[in-house]
Amino acid sequence: MKVSGAEIVVESLKKEGVTHLFGYPGGVVLNLFDYLYDAKGIKLILTRHEQGATHMADGYARCTGKVGVALVTSGPGATNTVTGIATAAMDSIPIVVLTGQVPTMLIGNDAFQEADIVGITRPCTKYNYLVKNIDDLAPTIREAFHIASSGRPGPVLIDLPKDISAGMGTFNWPEKIQIRSYNPTVEGNKKMIEKAVDEIAKSKKPVIIAGGGVILSNASDELRQLAELTQVPVITTLMGIGSFPSTHPLSLGMPGMHGTYYANMAIQDSDLIVAVGMRFDDRVTGKISAFAPNATIIHIDIDPTSIRKNVHVDIPIVGDSKNILTALNEIVKAEQKTQWGQIRMAWLKQLDQWKELRPMSYTYSDSVIKPQYVIEKLYEATGGDAIITTEVGQNQMWAAQFFKFDKPRTFLTSGGLGTMGYGFPAAIGAQVAHPDKTVIDIAGDGSIQMNIQELATAVVYELPVKVAILNNRYLGMVRQWQEMFFNERYSHSGLDVVPDFVKVAEAYSAIGLRAERPSDVEPVIKEALKIKKPVFMDFVIDWKEKVFPMVPAGAAIDQMLFDEEEAPKKKESKKLKAVK
Amino acid sequence: MKRHTISVQVENKFGVLSRVAGLFSGRGYNIESISVGETLDPKVSVMTIVTRGEDQIVEQINKQLNKLIDVIKVQDLYDVDHVEREMVLVKVAPPQEQKAEVLRLTEIFRGRVVDSSPKTYTIQITGDESKIEAFLELVKPMGVKEFVRSGKIAIAREKSKS
Repeated sequence: MKVSGAEIVVESLKKEGVTHLFGYPGGVVLNLFDYLYDAKGIKLILTRHEQGATHMADGYARCTGKVGVALVTSGPGATNTVTGIATAAMDSIPIVVLTGQVPTMLIGNDAFQEADIVGITRPCTKYNYLVKNIDDLAPTIREAFHIASSGRPGPVLIDLPKDISAGMGTFNWPEKIQIRSYNPTVEGNKKMIEKAVDEIAKSKKPVIIAGGGVILSNASDELRQLAELTQVPVITTLMGIGSFPSTHPLSLGMPGMHGTYYANMAIQDSDLIVAVGMRFDDRVTGKISAFAPNATIIHIDIDPTSIRKNVHVDIPIVGDSKNILTALNEIVKAEQKTQWGQIRMAWLKQLDQWKELRPMSYTYSDSVIKPQYVIEKLYEATGGDAIITTEVGQNQMWAAQFFKFDKPRTFLTSGGLGTMGYGFPAAIGAQVAHPDKTVIDIAGDGSIQMNIQELATAVVYELPVKVAILNNRYLGMVRQWQEMFFNERYSHSGLDVVPDFVKVAEAYSAIGLRAERPSDVEPVIKEALKIKKPVFMDFVIDWKEKVFPMVPAGAAIDQMLFDEEEAPKKKESKKLKAVK
Repeated sequence: MKRHTISVQVENKFGVLSRVAGLFSGRGYNIESISVGETLDPKVSVMTIVTRGEDQIVEQINKQLNKLIDVIKVQDLYDVDHVEREMVLVKVAPPQEQKAEVLRLTEIFRGRVVDSSPKTYTIQITGDESKIEAFLELVKPMGVKEFVRSGKIAIAREKSKS
């Protein structure tokens, strides 16, 4: 029996378990939209920009572990998805983007709204397709979901020419898929795993660095078990935040450029690094030649290209984090000899000293709102039970530093690409997946303006997303660099006109609240959390506030700069200055 | 910097060459030559890529190639006993008195004259790179108008069972 291409697409999506997709219509996808008009069991969220649609699909994917789906038209609709696709690619997020394309006959003719989106997205997708034969539609969609969600996940794009979605064909749904050229390694090498356990038992000063891969493979429980069994402290990269509870005594927080003093010191002093699902990004390692000079490195990652890309690795273990951590734990549990608590005592004591010496802190003011104070109050008001998204820049770093995350899939941030404008649509996507959860986008006044139009989406679908705008009237991170490294020449980092965000919210029929004094912060947050509508909270913050600690670009990660205004905590801090 | 010849089996689909080429350009790896052709199985093509880099870079190149969805198998022939061949087509326009010398060189190099005109010979030479380089060096002084090289193709030697 022949059915329409549109039907094949939508029914295939349903077979893949898709209940929501994010999209925007246009000429060549009208048949698809027509089929969706009264399709049951699948709902399209109409966005206000295609970039918003991809970020929403991404946010949806990050907080659920499912594949997020976006559907847009050809040409500009397709090119508008590129930033969202690249964002997902850099952070290994499974999304499938369906783009319309001009009819097969016209491809290559510079037709109206034609763009070679397969060519454009080749370097920023895990894989992409142009469907030329309607009978290939269902198998292509099946394969796309498999590729997006297996191995190291990533975005997959399917380009659908108009005549394919409008034509008639056979619904060939393959129950099994076999791609001979694609077989990711998921089980770790046994010998390497045994060697890793030996190293962990031998080590006097070990650290675990957990990345986004732990979250992607749902390995948080296994990670926690390993840390507790072997008494190894855990550092979580920006992408790994939530993979290990921030409030756990063995947690050292984030490493790298804006990492904690104690995480960076621990890495530099360590004799063993167990890296799990992280890729030694330059923001983590700082000056690579001075990174963890004495450490043996065990690197667990599903992507062989991550291993030995940036740092030397002594024990590479390719495979899925969950499987490998499970195998490690089994060996550790069977091995009774090692007195883990005993052998770690000195190291854990040293870490406690560092924690005490330079805890994460800031100088509170009662005249002007400090952004860190806002984050702390958000944490208190929600009890940590919230999904937090961020934009990019100072807002992102303060959120990572001062909110505490105890569960995976609750901190959604564009770590790799660093996409301003990510957080708000990602929060909307998360709210679609979890209608009853508190979802908060921690934003800056610059970033929120990059996808502010999606407020209409939140209002229309009654998604009560909260946005905490840390409003300093600047592109704060750019300004910080200009102050510290460019002789205070603030070239184009001041946003001379910042809209009245309260009025903007009201213009979209949402709610706007403003806090101008520190005493306003708590009441505003509490009120916002009570409102079952989207709310913009405009926090007028200290524009001079900077993100600390900070490792200057190109320096080793123990060469941290601290807030000069902050009173030295202990005598030893003089010694720290000498380290710089 | 070592030179590696990498043999890559790929799905014979449109867009695959651009995925491979894009990988090299996007990550700043260099390609000295690339040649592509169908294999015994018409659904499979083999690309022979010659590249150069430090060990760590070449390791990345091999891994990155393997990571491409359409790549079936990657074989770095650096440490593998293998045969490499390249072909060159040279258009020579020698002065009258050197015409015989060009033909003699062609014979020595076991080449063939595949086209001739009153003023030129087009000569085909096959062999490994050094042979081709040597031939070009010898005929250049005699008036080479242009030449085209095929890029290298390579195949691992069958292990002899002794």
